[in-house]
Amino acid sequence: MTTVALKPATMAQALGRALRDAMAADPAVHVLGEDVGTLGGVFRVTDGLAKEFGDDRCTDTPLAEAGILGAAVGMAMYGLRPVVEMQFDAFAYPAFEQLISHVAKMRNRTRGAMPLPITIRVPYGGGIGGVEHHSDSSEAYYMATPGLHVVMPATVSDAYGLLREAIASDDPVVFLEPKRLYWSKDSWNPDEPPAVEPIGRAVVRRSGRSATLITYGPSVPVCLEAAEAARAEGWDLEVVDLRSLVPFDDETVAASVRRTGRAVVVHESGGFGGPGGEIAARVTERCFHHLEAPVLRVAGFDIPYPPPMLERHHLPGVDRILDAVGRLQWEAQS
Amino acid sequence: MTVMEQRGAYRPTPPPAWQPRTDPAPLLPDALPHRVLGTDAAAKVDPALLRRLHTELVRGRRYNVQATALTKQGRLAVYPSSTGQEACEVAAALVLEERDWLFPSYRDTLAAVARGLDPVQALTLLRGDWHTGYDPHEHRVAPLSTPLATQLPHAVGLAHAARLKGDDVVALALVGDGGTSEGDFHEALNFAAVWQAPVVFLVQNNGFAISVPLAKQTAAPSLAHKAVGYGMPGRLVDGNDAVAVHQVLSEAIAHARAGGGPTLVEAVTYRIDAHTNADDATRYRGDSEVETWRGHDPIVLLERELTERGLLDEAALQEVRDGAEAMAADLRERMNQDPVLDPMDLFAHVYAQPTPQLLEQESQLRAELDAEADGTLGAGPHGPEGAGR
Ligand SMILES: Cc1ncc(C[n+]2csc(CCOP(=O)(O)OP(=O)(O)O)c2C)c(N)n1
Repeated sequence: MTTVALKPATMAQALGRALRDAMAADPAVHVLGEDVGTLGGVFRVTDGLAKEFGDDRCTDTPLAEAGILGAAVGMAMYGLRPVVEMQFDAFAYPAFEQLISHVAKMRNRTRGAMPLPITIRVPYGGGIGGVEHHSDSSEAYYMATPGLHVVMPATVSDAYGLLREAIASDDPVVFLEPKRLYWSKDSWNPDEPPAVEPIGRAVVRRSGRSATLITYGPSVPVCLEAAEAARAEGWDLEVVDLRSLVPFDDETVAASVRRTGRAVVVHESGGFGGPGGEIAARVTERCFHHLEAPVLRVAGFDIPYPPPMLERHHLPGVDRILDAVGRLQWEAQS
Repeated sequence: MTVMEQRGAYRPTPPPAWQPRTDPAPLLPDALPHRVLGTDAAAKVDPALLRRLHTELVRGRRYNVQATALTKQGRLAVYPSSTGQEACEVAAALVLEERDWLFPSYRDTLAAVARGLDPVQALTLLRGDWHTGYDPHEHRVAPLSTPLATQLPHAVGLAHAARLKGDDVVALALVGDGGTSEGDFHEALNFAAVWQAPVVFLVQNNGFAISVPLAKQTAAPSLAHKAVGYGMPGRLVDGNDAVAVHQVLSEAIAHARAGGGPTLVEAVTYRIDAHTNADDATRYRGDSEVETWRGHDPIVLLERELTERGLLDEAALQEVRDGAEAMAADLRERMNQDPVLDPMDLFAHVYAQPTPQLLEQESQLRAELDAEADGTLGAGPHGPEGAGR
């Protein structure tokens, strides 16, 4: 048996590698967006693609998000597989008309005749000290729009695998890349990129017996940290990483909550009208008789994303998660 | 007769009543950007204006240098420098009357400061303590807009509303060359022209939108040419010639104030520094281009003129520089003090009346902060007591 040299890779590099491999495998894959060419994207995810595949395959567009996504619709109509980059979460909003009225509905409107295999990469979420409009958690808008897949990796391998899957998908995928995990590292074999997982499968990142933390994207490492900290308190927490909100993996989630009997949903977007409400309802519907306590939510506050010097008070951290876990002792409390 | 036969008989003539809605010729920009400095026209410029522009330019440059230095010391999260573009920034501030409004983009801190804003308050967005650290009404400066071109329709609406109220107010909106590609730019210009709103759009064409050069942004002969399609005049000006920018903007503002409607002004300039301190400009441009533009520095252009006309001697120059230095020292000192933030401010301005949910979250944070203060935060959930299965 030969031993392979594992190399550290950041999530940004893994995403870039996924784009490269997808472009090499399929000439229909085109990358377009603001600054994706010469600069390699503001997070360098598309670094080197224009050099390797040419400007026609990795294109610096005019600065117009509606134009970028609208053009991608036309490109997809003509058989290409566009991967567009929205520079930051809050700068995708000019493209919402295209996203909601066309991207999400084209297959349905044309009775299946015109699927749109578009991947929309969005660096998203807070925790990087960004100024206004650079930290929004926009997943609730996307998941409320039927016709879109909503996917978010939390690990370096998933970044690679899920992006390959997203590009291969015949449906539009909003691919949310947690900004604060771009520089997180993992070791992998560069000659043999990680196996590709189909979109829509959650994974148990840590198994435990006393309660389930249901989370995704940037909150996954926070939940794992909270689970470690909870050990000292005698809590053995399971952590489920959803990896995608649409489709939603009811099975993995319900199986976990049936085992543990308690659940907390954790995300950094606002709680009111946020993903946690939907998730808590689904868990309750499926696991009512197994629940020892109501499903709790730990979310960002229901405020516009705060300035960087205050964001630590807004983002759900270990303490807030542990506090919720404490409240799961429902009998004692009620 | 079949359709084909009819077509054969067709002779193209103009539709019966067609004529152009507006004569495009007066709307077209001149072939070359307007210049004053270094030309005969410069001799006629009021010395007081030359000195005023010079003082503000030197202060502006010093401000850019100081703010960039503050990013290196971690006192500012990020700073998009306008070094090289100070003539546009300063002229934009100086051409406005007190009652007028300025709609800046995120790069235009300097214009806001030249208009009278406290230099520290103008930086809170970029320092990270609050999104807009000033009251927009105080100096009639709208919040620095980060989403590109989105401030332009606001400027149109405000100018329109002022006119409806019978007020003699003009709005000046700043946007970059990249921002002209956004849909909001188009919609704003169209509204402004249809409403004949008293608004002036100043495009600071500094060559790049982050890494993307103008050639990849537009195929138009110039950005000023875009005006014609909306039915407003387009004007081209050398953006490093402070006097020329001041002249062109003053005319456009007078035109708007007199009820003549909007103007699109394109100032041709250059961004000497990188996009922000976090950007690596060597990835997309060469040094020689930057050097060429350094030779066309707005301060040097103005100082040459002042000196030739005998309006600036060593002592006067030193006085201007000392003034700028004092401003920088004050900025440095105040920025080096840690801002005192109240986390409860998170909830203070979400609604006029907080929702019950926000009140709940407010007391949650209050409890956390109290616990943090007496060191009990993170005491943990106190065990499941056999609750686990
Ligand atoms: C709607 C929107 N899309 C993308 C961005 C990200 N972004 C910030 S600055 C910038 C380039 C702007 O270029 P330009 O308009 O020429 O202004 P300049 O930076 O040169 O002053 C981009 C793409 C943004 N702020 N808003």
